[in-house]
Amino acid sequence: MTDTMPSAAPCIRLGEANRGFCGRINAIHVGEETHGEAAPEIESRLLELGFVEGVEIKVLHEGPIGRDPIAVRVNDTTVALRRREAMAIVVTSSN
Amino acid sequence: MSTQTEIGVPHFALVGTPNSGKTALFNALTGSRQKVANYPGVTVERKAGVLQTPSGHKVHLVDLPGTYSLRGRSPDEEITRDVVLGRLTSEITPDLLLCVADATNLRVALRLVIELKRVGRRLMLVLNMIDLARRRGIEIDLDRLSAELGVPVVTSTAVRRGGTEELLRRMDEMAAAPLESLGENTWKPLTASELRAAQREADRVIAAAVGMPARPDTVSARVDAVLLHPVAGLLILLCVLFVMFQAVFAWAKPVMDLISSGFDALGEAAHDALPAGLLQSFIQNGVIAGVGSVIVFLPQILILFLFILMLEDLGYMGRAAFLMDRIMGGAGLHGRAFIPLLSSFACAIPGIMATRVIDNRRDRLTTILVAPLMTCSARIPVYTLIISAFIPARYVWGWVNLQGLVMFALYAAGIMSALGVSFVAKHFFLYENHTPPFMLELPAYKLPSVRSVVIGLYTRAKMFLQRAGTTIFSMMVLIWFLASFPRPPEGAEGPAINYSLAAMIGDAVQPILAPVGFNWQISVALIPGMAAREVAVAALGTVYAIEGGKEAAAQIGEALASKWSLATALAMLAWYIFAPQCASTLAVIRRETGSWRWMAITFTYMLALAYVAAFITYNIAVALGAG
Repeated sequence: MTDTMPSAAPCIRLGEANRGFCGRINAIHVGEETHGEAAPEIESRLLELGFVEGVEIKVLHEGPIGRDPIAVRVNDTTVALRRREAMAIVVTSSN
Repeated sequence: MSTQTEIGVPHFALVGTPNSGKTALFNALTGSRQKVANYPGVTVERKAGVLQTPSGHKVHLVDLPGTYSLRGRSPDEEITRDVVLGRLTSEITPDLLLCVADATNLRVALRLVIELKRVGRRLMLVLNMIDLARRRGIEIDLDRLSAELGVPVVTSTAVRRGGTEELLRRMDEMAAAPLESLGENTWKPLTASELRAAQREADRVIAAAVGMPARPDTVSARVDAVLLHPVAGLLILLCVLFVMFQAVFAWAKPVMDLISSGFDALGEAAHDALPAGLLQSFIQNGVIAGVGSVIVFLPQILILFLFILMLEDLGYMGRAAFLMDRIMGGAGLHGRAFIPLLSSFACAIPGIMATRVIDNRRDRLTTILVAPLMTCSARIPVYTLIISAFIPARYVWGWVNLQGLVMFALYAAGIMSALGVSFVAKHFFLYENHTPPFMLELPAYKLPSVRSVVIGLYTRAKMFLQRAGTTIFSMMVLIWFLASFPRPPEGAEGPAINYSLAAMIGDAVQPILAPVGFNWQISVALIPGMAAREVAVAALGTVYAIEGGKEAAAQIGEALASKWSLATALAMLAWYIFAPQCASTLAVIRRETGSWRWMAITFTYMLALAYVAAFITYNIAVALGAG
């Protein structure tokens, strides 16, 4: 996934980002591992919550167990989601 | 459903994303003139009300479940979609959609407006919480916004008196205007690329009509740095839960005692006023005790919902789910299930009602299923009676009180079995292997509005008394009937219950209960125990012909100690961990799930577990020489 990105900055998955990570959404790409939920459904839900390409994000908080779930600032809203679903969001670091 | 169908009364519907302040706005507009019920056949709450516009027009308003789109991915969202599209036969198709948006957070809301426009219905955008947006320095050019969207725009502040004047004035115009012919409905579920396009369009409109402050608001993020902190956040959550549990458990107690002694006194008065006989028994033990058994739960329900409504309005509930997600998730429960489950330690009835905070139907059903396994306060009298009669009050390992240890073990057994049942339900037979994703918006913190909380409490109380009340009450009358008929023959000896249908049923099931060590007296006492678990104590007193009711607990204990074996007593304790026989809980499950099926499933699995647990306990105890 990563090497196909046009951007020069390194791309990672939001599900791997640490607290304090700042960046911009590069792509929404739901992989095979969706735990029973259809991939288009996960994609639609992420889009509905505002995770759209080009949007600025910041990882604000991490859950107490296994640093999961995470709370992410998306433009001006805060969204909580599990790292598992956040793996679908490809982000470029801006710091 | 009681949809009012007056000619010429326009029907408006509130649509909006979760956390848009839609419900607060609905409360501000309709006040106490609202009705909460369920949509037919589903567990989705239907909130509707009537309001009067300034020039005297009556308007019907329905508050549709919050949604991010019309895709309908949950039963709640399907209701919103079907009402908006006019597909729901039980519901009048709304003449006007009021799309409520949080003015401080327009991105997602405007995308919903763009989607709603395709439905071709009259639409108005309501920018709620406009005062907050202005205070934060967000400048919204209303005319420009309206022009860009092609939709009329109005502002409101639901939580402030007079904050809905402008909205009411516009609704007035809309109500007076002749119905325009509807545009064409071109709505189809949006594909991912259409969603992206709609969001880009929304972002373009925002860029054109909204001026954002140079510095974004960081208050909520700073509060979250503490409240979502991995250690401090969990400790604070525990404190909140502790206070809530204390409140439901302890603060409600005096009021509940007052209510039950009030109804006891009323029953006594009726007893004295009426001639001895059937009517007297019916009024005292059937009607007054039946009504009392419903109303006695009200303090707990009010206190619990006071906490829930305030935490919800404050914006804390999503945070609590965030902190608890992994912990609850291990057992297959949703992060939001912990408040209902915790409340169930006081009583499963408010707990089951509180499962309304869980949006996902499967998660909600699992929680309802296991809530009655939490050791409720009604089991305590039974536990203390048997423990004090059979378990010696000595210390083990030098410092642990054996009676306390048994009590703790009973609580732990309840929790463990709840976790086990939810695990089994989730992973083996209830649902396919499917973990719904956990994704939710954490709204900015807001002070709850007193008016909105009070209205919320009022509607909960009304709903409980009206709907659960009728079922619980009729079950109480049935139980009274079973325990009272037929009457003992002339000159009969022993308590009257020994001649009743309850005794016949007890006798009939006694052979089935014999393998778990229950004698016929226990079998008979379990039937009035259906009314409430603790009634079994009084019923045991009755069958052992001990006068004096609740004060005679010590005497009952002595009688049991002399008549039961230790194995029987332990089997009874094991039975009561599960104790399926609580008519009120079953009635509430029936009401909340809208189906007899879930009530039957709960009863059956609890009965099976109770039987197996008592059977194993009894036989091990007998084998160890306690028979």
